This record gives sequence, C-alpha cells and structure tokens, in this order.
Amino acid sequence: MAIVSYRAARQRELKPQPSLGPAEPTALPPRFQDWFAARGWAPRRHQLEMIEKARAGRSALLIAPTGGGKTLAGFLPSLIELAERDPSGEPAGLHTLYISPLKALAVDVARNLMTPIAEMKLPITAESRSGDSGVAKRQRQRLRPPDILLTTPEQLALFCAWEGARAYFGGLKRVIIDEAHALYASKRGDLLALGLARLQQFAPDLQRVGLSATVNDPERLARWLGAETEIVTGDPGPAPIVDVLLSQGHVPWAGHTAQHAMAEVYDAIRGARTTLVFVNTRWQAEFAFQELWKLNEDDLPIALHHGSLAAEQRRKVEAAMTRGQLRAVVCTSTLDLGIDWGDVDLVIQLAAPKGSARLIQRIGRSNHRLDEPSRALLCPASRFEMLECQAAREAVAEGALDSDAQRPGALDVLAQHVMGLACSEPFDALALYEEIRRAAPYADLTWEDYEAVVEFVSTGGYALKGYDQFRRIVKGQDGLWRVRNGQTALRHRLNVGAIVGAETLNIRLLAGRRAGRKIGEAEEGYLEQLEIGDTFIFAGQVWRFHGVEGPDALVTPAPGAEPKMPSWGGSKFALSTYLAQRVRAMIADEPGWTRLPDDVREWLQAQKVRSLIPAVDDLLVETFPRQKRFFLCCYSFEGRLAHTTLAMLLTRRLERLGKGPIGFVASDYALAIWAARPMDDVDLDALFQEDMLGDDLESWLEESVMMKRAFKICALIAGLIERRFAGHEKSGRQVTFSSDLIYDVLRRHQPDHLMLRCARADTTAGMVDLSRLGDLLARIRDRIRPMHLEKVSPFAVPVLLTIGRESVPGAHQDWVLEEAEDALIAEAMS
Amino acid sequence: MSTVAFSISQADGLSVRVCGLWAALLPSGAAYFAHEGTLVCADLHLEKGSAYARRGQMLPPYDTRETLRRLALDAARTGARRVVLLGDTLHDAQAHARVAPEDAQALAAVARGRTLLWVVGNHDPEGPGGLPGEAVNEARVGPLVLRHEPAPGPQPGELAGHLHPCARVTAAARSVRRRCFVTDGRRMILPAYGAYAGGLSVLDAAFAGLFAAPPLIGALGRDRVHAIKASAVGAI
Repeated sequence: MAIVSYRAARQRELKPQPSLGPAEPTALPPRFQDWFAARGWAPRRHQLEMIEKARAGRSALLIAPTGGGKTLAGFLPSLIELAERDPSGEPAGLHTLYISPLKALAVDVARNLMTPIAEMKLPITAESRSGDSGVAKRQRQRLRPPDILLTTPEQLALFCAWEGARAYFGGLKRVIIDEAHALYASKRGDLLALGLARLQQFAPDLQRVGLSATVNDPERLARWLGAETEIVTGDPGPAPIVDVLLSQGHVPWAGHTAQHAMAEVYDAIRGARTTLVFVNTRWQAEFAFQELWKLNEDDLPIALHHGSLAAEQRRKVEAAMTRGQLRAVVCTSTLDLGIDWGDVDLVIQLAAPKGSARLIQRIGRSNHRLDEPSRALLCPASRFEMLECQAAREAVAEGALDSDAQRPGALDVLAQHVMGLACSEPFDALALYEEIRRAAPYADLTWEDYEAVVEFVSTGGYALKGYDQFRRIVKGQDGLWRVRNGQTALRHRLNVGAIVGAETLNIRLLAGRRAGRKIGEAEEGYLEQLEIGDTFIFAGQVWRFHGVEGPDALVTPAPGAEPKMPSWGGSKFALSTYLAQRVRAMIADEPGWTRLPDDVREWLQAQKVRSLIPAVDDLLVETFPRQKRFFLCCYSFEGRLAHTTLAMLLTRRLERLGKGPIGFVASDYALAIWAARPMDDVDLDALFQEDMLGDDLESWLEESVMMKRAFKICALIAGLIERRFAGHEKSGRQVTFSSDLIYDVLRRHQPDHLMLRCARADTTAGMVDLSRLGDLLARIRDRIRPMHLEKVSPFAVPVLLTIGRESVPGAHQDWVLEEAEDALIAEAMS
Repeated sequence: MSTVAFSISQADGLSVRVCGLWAALLPSGAAYFAHEGTLVCADLHLEKGSAYARRGQMLPPYDTRETLRRLALDAARTGARRVVLLGDTLHDAQAHARVAPEDAQALAAVARGRTLLWVVGNHDPEGPGGLPGEAVNEARVGPLVLRHEPAPGPQPGELAGHLHPCARVTAAARSVRRRCFVTDGRRMILPAYGAYAGGLSVLDAAFAGLFAAPPLIGALGRDRVHAIKASAVGAI
C-alpha cells in the first residue's frame, strides 16, 4: 500500500512537496492554507511568488526544474481569484486559458486540476478542448465557457478565426503557457505569440504566465511571452547523476545503433524500476526494441513509442506507464515532453544526445522529486559519439545549455494568422500592423513585408494581376478587410495550424484482398524503399509488404522472417554548436584524454602519430588514396546539416577543378569526399573560401530537394495549398498534384514571391544550416591544417565506415533514373 | 517488351518505334515524329491555376505561360511543321476566356506557319473556343491514330493521353516519381504536358489491359527521357 500512496502523490506536478523549510504562506487564503496543511505540504517559495506577481497585476515566467510543483504554481492565482469571486455576480465568462504543446498533457492537467478544486470544494469549472473533443462538447464550450479552459496552440488559432472571438475572450484574466521552452523558438511559437497579441487586444489587462524548464536565455523566452514579463526562478534540484556506458570497456569504431551495448542496456533496465530508453530516430527505436526483446529472458514488460505508431497504440503505452505496469519504454522525442510518470528512475540515451538542453530535458523525465537526483546513462555508438557523450556529460554537470537559434517570425505563419483574423471580424490594416508587432517574433516586421503578406492573403501576391477577381479577403468601402464569403472562411478553418507532417501512408493489415486494421503510419519515403514481398520491422513486429492501395500500405505478419532494414532518415537533430565546441576542445586537450576510455585514447594517440590533432579552432583536412579512389576528409564538427551543405558546395568546386568527385558522406563530426583524381594539389584556402556561399549556393539551393520540401510546408501553412489537396485523396483514382510543380513554375516566373522567400529562409536556417556554415568558414580562414597522407587516418576510419547507404548524390536526382536505365541496357546487351 | 525497338543517345535521348514510326521522346513530355514533322503533346490543362483561384485557392497564375513557353521551345527546336495537342488542352469549358492576352499571343506564335490541331478531350469538348487551332475528334499521322482517351483493349497504332502516366523509379535505395511515356511498340500513352497536371501511377488499374506485353517506360528526366523496364516501377 505504501507504494500506491507514493504514486498517488506523484501525479503531474499538482502536488506541492513536503515543506523543505519554513515558508511564508501569507499570500494564501485560509482555505488554501488548510488544504496544503491537510496534505502535509507547504507551498514553495516560487508558488507564493507567482501569487504575488498575479496580485500585482504582472505577467510572469516561471522557470523551474520538473517536479517543482510548477503547474500548480501557474494555476494557484486563478484558483484563488475564482474562489474569491462573488458567487452572485454576473454570468461568468472564460477566466483562464491554459495552453500546452501536447493534447494529452492538456487533458491530463485538466484531470489533475480537479483534485484541489474538489478537495477545497471550489465553485470552479475546468475543461479541456482539442480536435478530438466531441462536437457537442465544443459547441457547449462555445456557448457556456468553463472558468478554466485547457487546450493547444492550434485550438487558440481556431478561436482567433471565430466570429465571436472578441466577446468570448473579453473577460479573460490569465493565459498560462505550459512547456513554453518547447514552443517559443518554432513556427508554433510564432503562431502562439500572434494569438497572444490578439487575446491582449480583446482583454487589455490579460496576464500572461509562462511555465518552462531551464533554458539558456530566460530573458528571450520572457520577451516572447510578452513585454514586461517578470521572471520567477524555482530552486534547482540536486545535480543529476550521468554515466557513460562502456560495453566491456570498448567503443565501436562506427555505427548508430549501439547494438554492441544492448546486453548492458538490458541489465540496466533490469536493475531499475522503470526506464525510458531514448533514441534519435524511429528506425533506431524499432531496432533497439527488437534487440531488447531478443535478450528479454525475464519477459519484462518493455514497450515501444514513436510518432509513426497509431495514436491509439501510443495512448495504450502511455496509460500502461501511468498505471506503473511497464519496466521500460523505447521512445523517440515523442516522449521528451508530457505527462510525468513518477516511477521512472532511469533514463537511457541510446546513441549520442546531440544537444545538452535536449539531454537535460530527457534526464528530467526521471525522478520527479526535487530532493532526489535524476539518473541517466549515455550509450555512445561510435568513437566520435563517445567524445560527444563525454562532452554532454560535462555540460550537464555544469548546467550548460545550448540554445535555439534566433529567428524572426515566419511570414507564412503570419499569412495564416491574418487570414484567420479576417474570418473572425473585419480588420483595419494599420491597427492590425500595430497589434502584430506586439508579438515578439514580429516586433521588427517591416510595413513592406506586412503589406506583402496581406496582398498574398488576398490575391496570392502575384505580379501577374489575373486574380484580382478571385480575392480571398476584400477591402470594403469602410476601409476594413474581411473574408470574401463563408465558404472561404470554412476552408481556412479546416487548414489551421503550423504543424505539417511528412506525407504518410497508413500501414494496414491485408484482410482478404482489402485493407483491414490500421497498425500505424509511416512516411512515404520510408516505404518507397521497399519492394513488394520485402519484409520490414514496424511497431516491433516483422511484416511483409504487399503494395499500396490509395492511402494504405498493405501488409501481413511475417513472424520470424529476416527483416530488410530501410534507413529511416538520420537523426532529426544535428550536433549542437555548443557541444561541437566542447568536443573540439576535448580533442585538442591532450592531458585531458585520461578521462576517456582506453581504446578511445589509443585512437587519439594514433591520430596524433599518423596524422595530426588539430588545435581547437583549426580545421584538419586530410587527403589520402584508398582503393583506386582519392579521399578528402575534413573534421569540422558542425553537424550533419551544415556538413551536407558544405560537401555539396565543395563537390561543385572540385568538379570545376577537374578532380572528378564521385560521392560524399557527411556526419555530425566530419565529411569525406572521394574523387577519381588526387586532391593533394588543391589550394585548400581557396577551396574553403567563403565566396562559395554566393552563386554556387544559389544554383544548388534552387534545385535542392530541401527547398522543395520547405516550400511545400510554407505553402501549406500560408494556405497557398490545402492539406487535403496535398495529401492523398481516397476517392477514385489517385491523381497526385505535387507542390513541386507549383514551386518550379513560381521559381521561373516570380522568383521573389513571398512563398519562395519563406522557403528560402526556412531552408537556409534549417536543413542547410547556413549561418553555422558561414561561421565555420569564417573561423577557419587561414587556419586550415592540411595533411597529405599515404593511407587512411585513424580519424577517417569511422567516417569511411559510414559510406554506403548514407552517401548523398547530387542535387537533382536523375541518377536514380540512370541507374535504372543501366539495368535495362545491361539486360538488353546480355 | 521485346517488341519495343528503342535507341538511346546522349545527344538525342530516347527514341522509340511505335507502329513502324520513330519518335524522339522529349524531356518536356512531347513526342516528335521527325520523319512526319509532327510534334505531339497531351493534356496541357491550360488555366488550371485560375480554375483553383476561382474556388479560393490562389495557385501561381503562371501555369499557362509556362506550358506554352515549353511548347514554343519544343516547336522551335524540332522545327515541327505540325503540332497536335492530344486533348484536355484547356482545363475546363470556361478556361479559354481566362487565358491572358499575352498567353493567347504566345499560342498564336506557335501556330504561325504550322498546322495546329486540337484533338478534343473530356475537359475541352468544345475545342479552342476562339484560341488558334483547329478542333478535331481524332488526327492521323501515317498509320497512327491520335485521340485523347485510349480505347480499351490493345489498339495498334494509337497515340493517346488522358491518363497522365507517371512512375515511381527506385534504384540504389532511392526513388523518384516522374511523369512518363508508356509504350509496347504498338501504341503509346503520352505523359501530361501541362505545368500543373497531376500524375497517375502506371500500376493503376486504368492501365490494365491496354498493352499486350509489359510496356517500356520512358521516364522524364531533367535533360532527357530515360528508358525503364516496367518491372522496375515501384508501387507507391
């Protein structure tokens, strides 16, 4: 029974902790004081501070580690105000709006909020709302709002596009943004900031409350939340205990899976109560899950959780975790955030963590009690990952966080917002401009860009004025803009949100000759690698692929079959600048090598003897022949994305120099290019000249798959194309009309169009990581250390071992057609 | 398969023999019968963009001019004496009225000094509606019959469009989806030529029964058309 009550006390943060010392509960009304006392708790300092901020009418950002009673701190001011209001007053409107990045979290918090409300017998209603809520419930919430509504950023965007939004939010007193650190630096964060600016317009005295985990730059997050937001900091918990797993003292040369360490991982799971095993890709999740079950002689309940599994299946796993029925879950970033599971006492990071903030977030998923340290185990999958894990461990010990790059608010998101507002009520262009600039991401928005966005929303913003007759929003004689008609507004509301997933197909059981039960969804790009009859792993089982019908990939179980392993993308996250810097410093610091395991130290020693250990800001570039090919390797540690871009651009230059480059491979740590001719005589300073970011970059970018992908996402968010039209249509023949066609036409006929500007901004900031590449090229100017070697160097080994399926060919993909054609010709000639 | 005669050259790309006549397959999606001086392209779907705009989706309005730009280039490069548009040249019955004056002029320039034939399709049963060109139900080039919609069953000598064929081609663990020609050497289905025209997988049931033997796929590349075996076409 002791265990049961212990669990009950550790539900999602709506639990103040036992008093850590004398507190001043004067801010609390007697009813609340009694409730705290009855539970044997005392309010925490930061909880009281949040109440004081609210009393003083201030907006506040609370930064505290998990397990600090953060959510309750956010709600206490509203609970107190609502408890104190005059019960005979006018019919109450919505008082507090709570927004969480996850639907499930909003539901969970709503449920847990009922405990203090019920126990103190407060006359307060609190309800959650999401896209999954029933129509009747949503209608009722619209007509008779609860006191507290808990929902997601997308629902707020929908509210903003409602006709009755102004009246609905007129009495709003407080908005609470949970997990604000996970939202603010993204397009969802842009959309939410715009929504907050709108709410402030409706309710000028609105208080904004942000709840966040520790971040690198709290002031920036506070600015995002709103001007004059004050920061409240919770007491830090004890430092986490982080270990790096060495499987029998060895670290493999290369790889991503940490397969070598699975037995130790399994032992660690067996030794803990409940373990979260984090991996970086869905494929790694499937693989690790499979490997752990091969070892699972004790039949431990080990589950799998990633973004491709059917929502129902994910919910089952989450519910089993809540009930304490699982010993481990292998998961991707889908469980970075969310409902706290008190039983988790170990976090394992399989393969390198890529960034210290993400790692700290993940570690925080264990031991949600302030007085106990979290425990984590890092499992490097290769030599370079070993260095990265060590760097991450030291960063965590220092509490050093990497930060998200600064970026201005996205204009595609702004276009969606402007369209939504026109659906809600007529707007004056100048007044709206002022309102939008009160959202921090858009504080520097120019009038020209704003006008371009409004024009885009209205007519598409084309130089060719053929569409003036087909406007989506129109300016009336009163000078106000409004949506053209109800149908246009309806269509807009169907397409709200800033989350755009990859094109996916349902994976369904083949039942007879038809599609049966849905097992999950997988990206088209993943399934494209399969041929009919192939077997593959999904949701922890082996399946046989029978082809595609409409939106469904049809499969049958193939237990025991040896699965083909299509690669499932690289890690979504590139090595952070901050960790990269630490790794470079660690390599350059020879006396510090004693901290590293023997085989890694020997590897560094061998590199020193056979090639060179570069100083921290130098760039080592090696050339050497191998198997009739000539290699150029450079060790720049700037992340996979920047390296891929760099490799593309270097390949172009080497082509012009007549070196006949054949292929390249780029990892988080290094890149290698191989060519038909030696590259020893290449002027490396000229090769790495920053001017490669000019015309070469332009011409490559324009045709790149990344640009087309970014264009599609921007066009979907901005409403240029619609989701249901971009996805698969179930009815009849499947004629797909690709956004690439629109991209090609627009690029030729109006290259400066707003959507191309958006796509370009996203590509250079995201997939191409241009600023990081620029910083690298600036840093290494005159600091290139060339080494012309007879043979492959110790550092090059892990890089070369990844050549194979990961090597990236040229920008346009006709080589695929050439390969397929060669097969035909070979057959014809035989 | 064995019945298709084709040749590949780096300079001219892929040529195939259809019912005895050689056609160069152009990366734009047009077929050129040099001996007959005839350029054929299918499914231009002019003004598809404005058809979407009319319903409130403001796609870039440049599809008509882009399609006609390609057509003018193909006509000039090949020196064709006759251009046959294989149906669905206009996206809908009102589309001719939405064509911008400069685009109409571009089409007139293509027609100048050439015969421009509009085979009518299901989207444009009325033909050019005031735009240059002569509407016909079918056209003939030597032994070939040119019509919009492929007739059911094997049809030796037929050239048709309507289906917008495209193929998923996979090699070395990567794959691309491209518009394509489909021919068994007796008949040929042309890819859609229009800048905004969608595609239908050649594995779709709509293609079943049209070819006596597994056909050759001519997948459109950036610089030329590539010959692909039907069995190398992926399912998605």
